[in-house]
Amino acid sequence: MARKTKKSGIGIHFFANPARFLRFAKKIFPWVTIIAVACIVAALVLGLAVVPPDYRQGDAYRIIFIHVPSSWMALMIYVIIALSSAAGFIWRHPLADLVAKSSAPIGACFTFISLVTGSLWGEPMWGTWWVWDARVTSMLVLFFLYLGYIALNSAYDDPTKGVRASAILALVGIVNIPIIKFSVDWWNTLHQPATISKLDPPSMDSSMIAPLLLMVVGFIAFYLVVLIIRLRSEIAARRIRNLRLAQVGNQGASG
Amino acid sequence: MVTAFFSLVGRDLRLAARGGIGSLVVVVFFFIAVALFPLGVGPESALLERVAPGVLWVCALLATMLSLGRMFDEDYEDGSLEVIALGPLPLELVVLAKVLAHWLTTGLPLMIAAPVLAVLLNMSAQGFAVLMISLLLGTPILSLIGSVGAALTVGLRRGGVLISLLVLPLYVPVLIFAVGAVEGAIFGFGERAHLLILAGGFFASLALTPWASAAALKMALE
Repeated sequence: MARKTKKSGIGIHFFANPARFLRFAKKIFPWVTIIAVACIVAALVLGLAVVPPDYRQGDAYRIIFIHVPSSWMALMIYVIIALSSAAGFIWRHPLADLVAKSSAPIGACFTFISLVTGSLWGEPMWGTWWVWDARVTSMLVLFFLYLGYIALNSAYDDPTKGVRASAILALVGIVNIPIIKFSVDWWNTLHQPATISKLDPPSMDSSMIAPLLLMVVGFIAFYLVVLIIRLRSEIAARRIRNLRLAQVGNQGASG
Repeated sequence: MVTAFFSLVGRDLRLAARGGIGSLVVVVFFFIAVALFPLGVGPESALLERVAPGVLWVCALLATMLSLGRMFDEDYEDGSLEVIALGPLPLELVVLAKVLAHWLTTGLPLMIAAPVLAVLLNMSAQGFAVLMISLLLGTPILSLIGSVGAALTVGLRRGGVLISLLVLPLYVPVLIFAVGAVEGAIFGFGERAHLLILAGGFFASLALTPWASAAALKMALE
């Protein structure tokens, strides 16, 4: 199979060898774990206890320290999925395939967290749990794109086929995301312009930006931690599958 | 190449015409789905008039989606898809031929049925022309994007349910701009911009989706 061809040299093909990647992952894993835990704890302490309450929103605004970073992560992970799908599709890069596959559930979780925290914030601030405005709706569509990606990935019996098929979907989806974004913006400006002004980012005090940025770093590190764990188990699962196939093959040859 | 393309379209149309009730089912579904709305939201004509463009487009979208499974599945199951793939026509053009046949058996009947349903829903008269133009531009996009979903789920056992999850999020822009155009015409703030964007979407999906669908089909035929 062409997929297994080992390419020497550095750059994008450096980690095409799973064993090399596993050694690298083993080295960085403790560090990203420490960064993730430290940043998230620090951001929570700063954001929940140290930073003063907002003069208009009171304490309710503190949810943005979770909400905003998880929305960013949701978008960023979709871009990562699309890029690694492209790499997997063009170069048949085995690790890129696995990165795309393993990132999807994490991205879906961040999207879900973003939707839920937004809704929790909306209740005291806007007086409603849900508003069909541009950002909320495009986030919801993104969530469905993630679900479609995951569903397609697991629909095939052959995992390599599932990865290939969902790579096509991810690439079609990434073309569509800006279109969805713009269309929803347009749809909204035509019919309910009032919500746009509500969504204008409030000018923030610098003391509030620090926990936000810390949380972003923490979330990125957390994403890497989960990604490495998932990649390890994917590689192990693939190895087990190959061993089983070899075993069956040997039995067939001798029997 | 041109002969091969049109003979493939002709074959699909003949199959649809002889094999039964495909187009008819789509149109009947469209009628029933639209008819559910007055039952659900109440028969007040002012309310129906307000929601008519949206209801028509949502139902047209669902009707198109339901028929997507037919696009490649039957040919895949009886093996003719492999024969077609081995033929002189590049797979991208095969996809386009299939999409054209699908639109002629789905989008076109929906377009014919739509004005009748618009009358039943008491839609404002200013919207009719734009509704037809938006359907003319929009339903081919639905078939084109749908071909990606159909090609990705070809040969899958649970393909039918999966296809809606794959395709519906991608249909969102078509719905928004098409309904925006019709409402723009009805409420008098202009339909031109929406229709131009819809036309742009049509050409973009015409240029891009056959590649994705063909890649998916190649994978299914491996």
